[in-house]
Amino acid sequence: MLLRLIPDNTQIRFMRLRTISYPLTIVLILASIGLFFSVGLNFGIDFKGGTVFEMKTMESPADISGIRTQLGTLDLGDVQVQQFGAPDEVLVRVQQPEGGELAQQSVVSLVRETFGESVEFRRVEVVGPRVSGELAQAGTIAVVASLLVILFYIWFRFEWHFAIGAIVTTVNDIIITVGLFVVLQLEFSLSSIAAVLTIIGYSLNDTVVVYDRIRENLRRYKKMPLPELLDRSINEMLSRTVMTSVTTLLALLALYTFGGEVIRSFTLAMIFGVVIGTYSSIFLAAPMLIILKLRPSAVTGPDSDASDASGEDNKAAST
Amino acid sequence: MLYFARWKISLIVLVVLAGLVTTLPNFFSSDTLKAWPDWLPKRQVVLGLDLQGGAYLLYEIDRKDYVAKRLKTLVGDIRQTLRDDPRIGYTGLGVQGNGAQVRIRDLERLAEAEKRLAELKNPLVANLFGGQAVDEFDMTVSEDGLIRFAYSEQGLSQRISSIVQQSIEVIRLRLDEFGTTEPSIQRQGEDRILVEAPGEGDPQRLKELVGQTAQLTFHMVDQSMSPEQAMQSRPPVGSVVTYSADDPPIPYLLEEAPLLSGEDLVDAQVSFDQRTNEPVVNFRFNTSGARTFSVVTQRNVGRPFAIVLDNEVISAPVIREPITGGSGQISGSFTVESANDLAVLLRAGALPAKLTVVEERSIGPGLGQDSVDAGRIASLIGAALVIVFMILAYGRFGVIADLALIANILMIFGALTTLQATLTLPGIAGIVLTIGMAVDANVLIFERIREEARAGRSAISAIDAGYSRALGTILDANITTLIAALILFQLGSGPIRGFAVTLAIGIFTTVFSAFTFSRLLVALWVRWQRPSRLPI
Repeated sequence: MLLRLIPDNTQIRFMRLRTISYPLTIVLILASIGLFFSVGLNFGIDFKGGTVFEMKTMESPADISGIRTQLGTLDLGDVQVQQFGAPDEVLVRVQQPEGGELAQQSVVSLVRETFGESVEFRRVEVVGPRVSGELAQAGTIAVVASLLVILFYIWFRFEWHFAIGAIVTTVNDIIITVGLFVVLQLEFSLSSIAAVLTIIGYSLNDTVVVYDRIRENLRRYKKMPLPELLDRSINEMLSRTVMTSVTTLLALLALYTFGGEVIRSFTLAMIFGVVIGTYSSIFLAAPMLIILKLRPSAVTGPDSDASDASGEDNKAAST
Repeated sequence: MLYFARWKISLIVLVVLAGLVTTLPNFFSSDTLKAWPDWLPKRQVVLGLDLQGGAYLLYEIDRKDYVAKRLKTLVGDIRQTLRDDPRIGYTGLGVQGNGAQVRIRDLERLAEAEKRLAELKNPLVANLFGGQAVDEFDMTVSEDGLIRFAYSEQGLSQRISSIVQQSIEVIRLRLDEFGTTEPSIQRQGEDRILVEAPGEGDPQRLKELVGQTAQLTFHMVDQSMSPEQAMQSRPPVGSVVTYSADDPPIPYLLEEAPLLSGEDLVDAQVSFDQRTNEPVVNFRFNTSGARTFSVVTQRNVGRPFAIVLDNEVISAPVIREPITGGSGQISGSFTVESANDLAVLLRAGALPAKLTVVEERSIGPGLGQDSVDAGRIASLIGAALVIVFMILAYGRFGVIADLALIANILMIFGALTTLQATLTLPGIAGIVLTIGMAVDANVLIFERIREEARAGRSAISAIDAGYSRALGTILDANITTLIAALILFQLGSGPIRGFAVTLAIGIFTTVFSAFTFSRLLVALWVRWQRPSRLPI
């Protein structure tokens, strides 16, 4: 007996659920935006500048307060010390000093000298103020540019309603993911941008698959009311949507558990993104088409051939 | 969709085999690989600095420092030019903002001054293809006798560009003998230099070698007053107080104009002082340097002179006898390593401008290895989970999807190895993500087959329709992800690029394995079993 996550012929009235899902989404988005502006993201050194030391101490667990005291004598300004991964590993963050890049280099040599042989420096990262500004700019451009290019691609392949719907859905996913970063105060770094872009890719992937079926059904059932047609399309694709989410989540969970501390927040963001992306492609992307007033007549085109429209058997290509 | 010409079958199998063969070397140590016959591929995946450990140092030319220095020499040149016979009277000569200015007293001679000073505009050759020559400075002359030199934007950026080039050459010479692994030195953007040193967990010494300007100068010590007196009152005109590198620093009063500089050196080597057995650096001047040195030492026997490196006195010996051979010795409190580094710096020459570290990332070899291990375990477990799940969900077809997945992973590694793309930690994450998403193509197809079968098609016809109808969906879905990956590659740096590369490669191999390899397996199975009912 094969495992079926979604039984055949499922008929959930998703369009009715939009009276719940839309307010919920709007609340989530407003909350995310509000948190973003009030609490703010926990920017890592990539975007804020500063210095990070990851060190492994000889004793286990590490003497965190001792390290803090030792660092306090160096007069480095705002310093954070926390345990990172294994109990004998410590992460030290030093804020961007006043004196710019040169002062930053003296922070590095000072800390290296102070701890010298007593710890193993596993990672030292220094990002100066100029570079961090550029990275932030490049990150923003990357997100916006990919959204635009994808918008045009979907516009080209579908109708404009689909393109707008897909972009609105994706922007929603990005905002809520950023909200998660704020709530959990996960460090927002360059790899977080990569996570966000992957979420864009994944969420669109999901949305496009659903849209693809909607387009197909629009050709097949020319008289069916739109909400019913959307429900039907989502239900037909539900099994696939859930299956793919599950396999992707399985892989990501393995990465989260065994992939090490360095990429843990990156993976967590992606796990969350997959869940949000799946949710939004079902509850947001399709109902958007009703709001955007997509009519079945909006879909025409040379590739709606007779066999598709009537649902007749395709001629088998050959055997 | 289920018929395959024989050549197509061979091609598909060949591609998958190529993936396997090119991936294979990654499972063996490099020692084992040496023993392999020549015709087998031996290349392994290139690991990024975050996986093998190493230092990433991004330097930037200090424009301000360079402009300040350049303007100082420009002012000196203007002074010299106007003092030349016949002398032109001037006033208010100095650096002003992004340029220098001078006022000519005698307005009647303004035209003459303009003609003479015009030579200082310093035309730069635009490029190899003989584009328009640009002047380094724009010169403006106003009626009231004010002549201004301002850095032209183009002039400055060309100047910076050639400085970057020179600096890269100097750094290359300096790092030639550095450590066992060869650091890579690249230009980045307009005014930056990227130095990457694999395996270098603590780049302190590397930074000292790269970042030091290493401007060596020789000065006479001014004995007209003691350095303490000079600090309290004012140093005599043309002299300046300079400190030594000792702790606490010792002040010296030196004549500002150097007798000689590092540019006059042709060689520098480490050796040991015969009496004290301490490491010293021996150097040799070029012909003109040797001549000057000989004249100066003849004139100043019994007086001390100072050897200054980047505005720090490293030693101030007394000239005992004229040195005519053109060679000398620098002694200080050197260790063998620091003497060796100084010799390297002197041989390579000074950097034309100050360099600042604007970004540094160094990963210890321990963390790199841990990340590789963690990544390996995570991918294996992730793949195992997905494989089991697919079999649970699709039975025999799940096995086919799993075979396609394995072929897919082999092809990803094969492509990474063949392209010699760099695998980073986020890159591994990209592969794990691909493992999860790769089955999506097969899921789409299988779900479509199920649907078509439910709609009343025969087994073979359902399979056929499943493949042909899922194609468009899969392409659309993957192209959108590919777009995100390409933009990530364009705009990302370092590790992020690694992620984009594996994601993009993963998309190609995924589409390929779903549409050729998995379809071929299904076709072979259909031909062998002739099923009337679908086991899906």
